[in-house]
Amino acid sequence: MGTALDVRVKRAGKVYRDGEVLSGVVVITSKDTVQHQGISLTMEGSVNLQLSAKNVGVFEAFCNTAKPIQIINSTIEMVKPGKLPSGKTEIPFEFPLQMKGNKVLYETYHGVFVNIQYTLRCDMRRSLLAKDLTKTCEFIVHSLSQKGKLLPSPVDFTITPETLQNVKERASLPKFLIRGHLNSTNCVITQPLTGELVVESAEAAVRSIELQLVRVETCGCAEGYARDATEIQNIQIADGDVCRGLPIPIHMVFPRLFTCPTLETTNFKVEFEVNIVVLLHDDHLITENFPLKLCRM
Amino acid sequence: SVFLRHARSRNYVSESEVCKLESVPLDFGDYHPLKPITVTESKTKKMNRKGSTSSTSSSSSSSVMDPLSSVFDGTDPLSLFAAAADPVTTAHPMDGARRKREKDESSAVGNDFEPWSSKRGEILARYTTTEKLSINLYMGSEKGKATTSGSAVSEKVRTRLEELDDLEEGSQKELLNLTQQDYMNRIEELNQSLKDAWSSDQKVKALKIVIQCSKLLSDTTVIQFYPSKFVLITDILDTFGKLVYERILSMCMDNRVSLPDNFSPESVNDTAKETCLNWFFKIASIRELIPRFYVEAAILKCNKFLSKTGISECLPRLTSMIRGIGDPLVAIYARAYLCRVGMEVAPQLKESLNKNFFDFLLTFKQIHGDTVQNQLVVQCVEIPLYLTLYSPAIDWILQCIAYRAPDVLLTEMMERCKKLGNNALLLNSVMSAFRAEFIAARSMDFIGMIKECDESGFPKHLLFRSLGLNLALADPPENDRLQILNEAWKVITKLKNPQDYINCAEVWVEYTCRHFSKREVNTVLADVIKHMTPDRAFEDAYPQLQSIIQKVITYIYDFALLFSVEKFLPFLDMFQKESVRVEVCKCIMESFIKHQQESTKDPVILNALLHICKTTHDSVNALTLEDEKRMLAALINGFIKMVSFGRDFEQQLSFYVEARSMFCNLEPVLVQLIHSVNQLAMETRRVMKGNHSRKTAAFVRACVAFCFITIPSLSSIFTRLNLYLHSGQVALANQCLSQADAFFKAAVSLVPEVPKMISVDGKMRPSDAFLLEFLCNFFSTLLVVPDHPEQGVLFLVRGLLNVIQDYTWEDNSDDKVRIYTNVLHLLSAMTQEAFIYHVDKVDSNDTLYGGDSKFLAEINKLSETVVSQILDHLKTLGKEETLKRQSQLALYFFNTILAHGDLRNNRLNQLSVNLWNLAQKHGFADTKTMVKTLEYIKKRSKQSEMSHFTDLALRLPLQSRT
Repeated sequence: MGTALDVRVKRAGKVYRDGEVLSGVVVITSKDTVQHQGISLTMEGSVNLQLSAKNVGVFEAFCNTAKPIQIINSTIEMVKPGKLPSGKTEIPFEFPLQMKGNKVLYETYHGVFVNIQYTLRCDMRRSLLAKDLTKTCEFIVHSLSQKGKLLPSPVDFTITPETLQNVKERASLPKFLIRGHLNSTNCVITQPLTGELVVESAEAAVRSIELQLVRVETCGCAEGYARDATEIQNIQIADGDVCRGLPIPIHMVFPRLFTCPTLETTNFKVEFEVNIVVLLHDDHLITENFPLKLCRM
Repeated sequence: SVFLRHARSRNYVSESEVCKLESVPLDFGDYHPLKPITVTESKTKKMNRKGSTSSTSSSSSSSVMDPLSSVFDGTDPLSLFAAAADPVTTAHPMDGARRKREKDESSAVGNDFEPWSSKRGEILARYTTTEKLSINLYMGSEKGKATTSGSAVSEKVRTRLEELDDLEEGSQKELLNLTQQDYMNRIEELNQSLKDAWSSDQKVKALKIVIQCSKLLSDTTVIQFYPSKFVLITDILDTFGKLVYERILSMCMDNRVSLPDNFSPESVNDTAKETCLNWFFKIASIRELIPRFYVEAAILKCNKFLSKTGISECLPRLTSMIRGIGDPLVAIYARAYLCRVGMEVAPQLKESLNKNFFDFLLTFKQIHGDTVQNQLVVQCVEIPLYLTLYSPAIDWILQCIAYRAPDVLLTEMMERCKKLGNNALLLNSVMSAFRAEFIAARSMDFIGMIKECDESGFPKHLLFRSLGLNLALADPPENDRLQILNEAWKVITKLKNPQDYINCAEVWVEYTCRHFSKREVNTVLADVIKHMTPDRAFEDAYPQLQSIIQKVITYIYDFALLFSVEKFLPFLDMFQKESVRVEVCKCIMESFIKHQQESTKDPVILNALLHICKTTHDSVNALTLEDEKRMLAALINGFIKMVSFGRDFEQQLSFYVEARSMFCNLEPVLVQLIHSVNQLAMETRRVMKGNHSRKTAAFVRACVAFCFITIPSLSSIFTRLNLYLHSGQVALANQCLSQADAFFKAAVSLVPEVPKMISVDGKMRPSDAFLLEFLCNFFSTLLVVPDHPEQGVLFLVRGLLNVIQDYTWEDNSDDKVRIYTNVLHLLSAMTQEAFIYHVDKVDSNDTLYGGDSKFLAEINKLSETVVSQILDHLKTLGKEETLKRQSQLALYFFNTILAHGDLRNNRLNQLSVNLWNLAQKHGFADTKTMVKTLEYIKKRSKQSEMSHFTDLALRLPLQSRT
């Protein structure tokens, strides 16, 4: 291999916020001198929308028109056409991460139907004989802390056979009483979801209690919308027939790449919910759903 | 004829006057190297002794002080050196850091904390199974899940997961029907593959292995193996925790300088922090509770990189996380692991230790719940066995809690346990984990609790055993002691199962021996015998029985008392397997030798110990190792030396006779007996002040006869020779002339049998040096042996010379001639009017012959022969390669003449000059020696009657070195 191109941002976590300066180096390593037609660096940010298979039929027309929405795009010329010496060359760069007008710099998010991604792309154009070299490097954008104080919104819950919906044969259900609370459904994304759960009584043995984190992505416009819910994380908080009357902690860390602050725009929405799933020994599955509002402080 | 006719006449008395070292009056305070350093407080005296090494003797000790220990003031030189060298180590930051780390850790958790590593082996040995085990490893499980919800997972995630799976492509390994050993091997393999994966930078695979392993801990099939499984798998977790920590620590290296031990999170660089965070995020997303818990606990220490309070926040969270584990056994072991990690990482955080225990108490009722009971029925495990599975974990947790905890806390813990109905399981753990002093002080309370406690399947004898263990370490209040024993033994004696019984009794014997008299010990031993005899139950309990004996002899080492414990010997009879019995006997004998201060004639002790010694002796057979024999012999000898009947010499002799018949297979014992009997004879002589009565004379002859018939049964030829000589000397000293003659004759006739090579310490060595030494010794004795009236003059000397003449000497050795030269010393001594030494009350030849000329002529004839032999030999050494030997021998002979010959005789004078020249002739003489010799002659010439030496000196030229 003749020439290698690499883009490195300064921060180890590659996390930047609106208004900050994205800095780093482009590293070119080569045994020989490198002849080139110029090196440029492009910063791009875009939202990609995609429709799930089940909706494709209905919204086909619309789907095709769902183009990526550009959030940010700027290019700088780093080096004019010329030669680079052999060995390792480091070219530092700085990009101000600034939105124009009242556009919002959405937070990086990798979902199924919605993808918000930011990249740095370095291009080295070369003469006809040699291929152009390109290297992309993703960096992560965190939105600014929301202003104002986050009000905790605790939720208490009680689950009994009577509180359940969608039950076919209520009579066949074993008796149980599960109580608990979430400390807040307004969550700071960097803080875990916390709460407690008590199995006060249960006729059938408990097999497992899980926390299911679900995201709900909605894409749409005037013509209509598509709403899809997918599980992104499932955390078991109880394994086996737990002791009755003993509070079990609810604790879940939000996964970094798959969550973002709850987002609502005209074109798409990303929301999150948590399900408490109780699995009884006779294969009864009890689910309680709580919508969450995530934000970054 | 040249020589002895002119033997120099000696006046031994005046010579010894001259030769004696100048006697120096001793100053009392004088320093002497062999003198014990005694009380020397007086400062003035010390001033006098300047330069003496006793400057440290200001410590006033009347006993012998070891100079080594006193110099260093109790600290050994190495540690002093290490302490002094400490600043040096700062040059090696890695080393220094490690040492410091160790130091810091030990400051938090001292050496008195019994570490997990010491429990490990015990658990593995105790919780075993013969059932088949299985390991279930779903290396690709995540992928399976991913595809089921495939439509929902983004392409990116899927590829990522697939990447991970490539490492072990969808390998769902299920290993069934593993024996316990297989299982352990597999786990060890996993441990190895974890390390391999880590070192080959496959961090994800490493994590997967760890997750899969910790998942095994949620599996409680073959429940009796669970504690061991826990031990094995937490080993892997520990490895993993260490790997992660060290990796992140190495990322913090800045300019090859690692972080100080108590680094703050601020000094950790971002990359390291990010890596650390990544680990925590990865672990937080592990789906299942138990692996998530274990893996996070394993890397608990890494919190130090992120924040100061990380660990103290994590511990309580992890503690309450365990509440989600439904199976009480799995949960308690998870708690044990958390406490273990907690003690290691942050021993100062006691709170969560306590919290863990309280949480356990809260869930305690689960143990008797339906879920558990059903499981036990399925696995066919009895409740008592099931409950003992909890012990290692509870013990560990309580040990962590009790470590350096105030009594108040312990009391509170006890109260809490009591509230739960004095549960036996808890009580047992409390007793094994809390300080022995704490338990001992409340022994009566504990006995009460044990009696009342709700057994619920946990065997009570284990409780008494635990209590006994505590009481062996710490003493209960004086007043309660007897009652404690009574209460405990009441229960113990009712135990039906011999194994249960002996395990309990073994422990309590120590308590009994420690605090009570022989009466109680006897009762206890009797009880043990009663329990262990039916159905030969003792056969399965040798280790315990052995340990009982050990304990008894540790505490009762007065052997008169010990053997008066009636049941002690019957107890020994239970050791019917020979190897065990010999082992026990050896212990008893060792103890006897160690503790018996005075010699004894107590018939009880003698009978018992003779019996014990006999037992060990009889175990010797053709297959016994040399070392073993040596050790047994040393033990028996130790015993024989301790036996003394005082003035009753006959009794003493008959004891030796009995001992000889008993211990005939061990030669060293026979040798010891011969020495003892010889000593007895000499003792008799001392008592009679040399004048034997008829009775004592007969007794002494009996002693001599004993030796005479015992010696031939020994196999080592030099032992026999020396003993003949020695016993002959003793016989001579006791005026048993014909017996002495017999010994010497026996020795003479034994000499031809001396082999060329003998085995010394297992190696073959030439025997000549030993023979030379023996013969010289022998000749010295022969000087005072009077001639036998019926045999010719100097019968023994002649006989010995003949033997030497016929003996086949090494071809190239001069030993024969050296001996001849030494014989000349003897012969010259024999010509003196009064011999240099005598045996008291024995007339030697000087008195017998009174310088008779016939006798002297006889000696002359002998010496003539000897001298000619020597000269012949010197001639044969004239060859090139033997010239050096010739020179040495010539000088040796010259010196002999110089010392013993009368050089006023011209021929002798000429002979010595010739020898002198011969020694120097070929340049092999050591110039220094020659010069010294000449100087000596010149010095001697100044003495009176020695003037002829002046002439001699003039006739002795010194050869120049060229």
